[in-house]
Amino acid sequence: MLYFSKLRIFFIFLITLFFIVFASSNLFKLSNDLLKKKINLGLDLQGGSYLLLEIDNTPVIEQKLQNLTITIRNYFKEKNIRIKNLKLIDQKLSFSVEEKFKEKIIETFTDKESDLNPYYQRFKSHQLDIVEENDIFFINFSKQGIVELKISSQDQALEIVRRRIDEIGTNEPNILKRGNDRILVELPGLDDPMRIKSLLGKTANLTFRFITNNTEDSFGAEKLKYEDNDEEEVVSKRIILSGDNLLDAQPRMNNETNETVVSFTLDRVGAKRFGKATSTGIGKQLAIVLDGKIISAPVIRDTIASGSGQISGGFTFQSATDLALLLRSGALPAPLNIVEERTVGPDLGQDSIDAGMIALVIGFVLVIVFIFVKYKIFGLITNVALIINLFLLVGILTIFEATLTLPGIAGIILTVGMAVDANVLIFERIKEELNNEKNNLIAFDSGYTKSKTAILDANITTLLAAIILFFMGSGPIKGFSLTLGIGIFTTLFSVYFIARLLTVLYVSKNKEKEGLI
Amino acid sequence: MIAFNRYYNQFNILSIALVVLSLLFLVFKGLNFGIDFKGGTLIELRSVDNKINVSSLRDNLNQMNLGDISVKNFGNETDFLIKFENNNNKNVIEEIKINLEKSFGNNFNFRRIENVGPKVSAELLKSGVIAISVALAMMLIYIWIRFEWQFSFGAILALFHDVIVTLGLFSLLGLEINLSIIAAVLTIVGYSMNDTVVIYDRVRENLKKYSDIKIFELTNISINETLSRTLITSITTLLALLSIFFFGGEILKGFSLAMIFGVVFGTYSSIYIANTVLVRLNVSQKTILKEEDKN
Repeated sequence: MLYFSKLRIFFIFLITLFFIVFASSNLFKLSNDLLKKKINLGLDLQGGSYLLLEIDNTPVIEQKLQNLTITIRNYFKEKNIRIKNLKLIDQKLSFSVEEKFKEKIIETFTDKESDLNPYYQRFKSHQLDIVEENDIFFINFSKQGIVELKISSQDQALEIVRRRIDEIGTNEPNILKRGNDRILVELPGLDDPMRIKSLLGKTANLTFRFITNNTEDSFGAEKLKYEDNDEEEVVSKRIILSGDNLLDAQPRMNNETNETVVSFTLDRVGAKRFGKATSTGIGKQLAIVLDGKIISAPVIRDTIASGSGQISGGFTFQSATDLALLLRSGALPAPLNIVEERTVGPDLGQDSIDAGMIALVIGFVLVIVFIFVKYKIFGLITNVALIINLFLLVGILTIFEATLTLPGIAGIILTVGMAVDANVLIFERIKEELNNEKNNLIAFDSGYTKSKTAILDANITTLLAAIILFFMGSGPIKGFSLTLGIGIFTTLFSVYFIARLLTVLYVSKNKEKEGLI
Repeated sequence: MIAFNRYYNQFNILSIALVVLSLLFLVFKGLNFGIDFKGGTLIELRSVDNKINVSSLRDNLNQMNLGDISVKNFGNETDFLIKFENNNNKNVIEEIKINLEKSFGNNFNFRRIENVGPKVSAELLKSGVIAISVALAMMLIYIWIRFEWQFSFGAILALFHDVIVTLGLFSLLGLEINLSIIAAVLTIVGYSMNDTVVIYDRVRENLKKYSDIKIFELTNISINETLSRTLITSITTLLALLSIFFFGGEILKGFSLAMIFGVVFGTYSSIYIANTVLVRLNVSQKTILKEEDKN
């Protein structure tokens, strides 16, 4: 255990230097691409907002089944099968048919080529489940159908969330999927997420619909409230235009009324429809409905063929800007709820960094002084290894551009405390060996050999704990397990290569000296 | 040589008493779960105006009908920690901001806001419990592979002792259990195991060396031989932890305290639980030789 070849020493030196360079690159601003790497600070250290959004898919499922009622009716009408009592209750469609058509119905829904009920080859499952009970058919989404639906609404929502956040222009946002109905948003440097929260909290489903006095409207009608007061209007369910038809939306100042408005431009289809609706509907009120509330309902005075228009509704400049932003980035497929939020202000982040660094320095100095007093020259060797250990740890974190959190700093400090364990095990063993063995070299060699299993055992157990934490923990805790886990490897390297090399150099110069340790 | 083995019985009784007491506390008093595991809202405030104190802040917030609300100083006189169960009142933080500004002027800095919904907190608790269980299981498997069953039994008993007594102490003192405490408990599991394994390693080595020494004496020899290492490592680890506790800021206080308890219990249990189990199971040279014959 005591022999080091020249080549090996060279490599140890090289590796150590390599990591020290990377570790130091955190302190300087370098333009070199390779050395530009830095440790990322977690949100708890640099300040920022962490939002976990959950997609509420209930309305989507509801809507899909609603659409399905029309599809089913039309589909079987063509086949001259009369569907009776078609109802949607509790996310379940129910209907009945004459006895002789029953088989045909079952066949249609269970056919793998079915147009009505897509079959997912890879899941070996249909989108919809059909069951018959007391002559009534019940249809709802199969387990896999729900999963498919969730995944697709998650994809869409992710895109919209990204667009909305990009529009606001925050620093390097991190937007990720979690499970199949959640989206994680990390916004570094953002200390007041109020605006983003309110922007993400809106579905932004915009429709233009006529106000109708006739409740017997063939498309159906519903009572809707105004955004800013409790008045109600009966609004047709026929959608003239929706947010999908918008090309652009911007907040503007209307010079005539001195009011802030949102001006919009429509795409070709939208412009055509808008022109037609405004020409046939002169004198009628056109309601502009956002997320089920009427923003305003102007009376149409003229045909608008230009494909652009304005929405007024008592906006402030801020609310007009936000609405324009929401309209530009599109509607969410389903409402989002914020199920977890963690925001750290930048000054708390800085305080945490300061406190963490002070704790690190003090902990480090205490350990170093203690070890030096205890082991003298070998304490010095241990301390050199400990310092290099710290550089290695920081260097590795830098190379992988890992995220350092406050618990992560705690992990580094803890590593400092526990890293000396291996050297202590070795030195204590050597002391014991020296009781029976007068030859320094032999005693040192067997000290290293005999302590090896204990050191490995000790480090593997800690590593196991760190690995479990890494996979089970979230956010800051992951940062702790990361530094603790990497710390084990750097500790083993610094103990077996750095400290051992220095020990060997010292011992071979002092072969004859008694009471070496 | 210190005669640790003279007190095996007394300390075993003490440990059993501690574990029973801890379990009683855990069952009847329960743990003080933070918002990570219970759900709710936490706000850390710093006031610029040092006339504002906990009771004026509490009176003011109580008028908002936020339910059971707790207001405490956090580290010093001008920092406050506000906690309450947030029952689906979504914009409550904005309301609090407006309300505080109205009553105290613009004297607050919102340093930290955490809001955990009931579903997420339930999931976090579940994954925390799973993490600790998986960690204990992995340790069991590891030590089972490395040693004979008597040893694994002793090590696991020591681990349970440490985890239960640490949690019991948290229950007794009413300290908050949050995500970082789970991290601390897992690290304690690793540390305690580490300590135990080092002594066990020596016990096994000595078992091979001496066939005529009884396990009662042998464990004592092994404890003494590894004692200085046990102490030095505990001291350096504690130095690091104390440094985190005193200088690392308020957020790490709970974590470092749990670890400090854990290191003390872990050191104690690897001497007085892990070893006494070997004595009570009457481990001898045959125990390890039998295993080796099998291999």
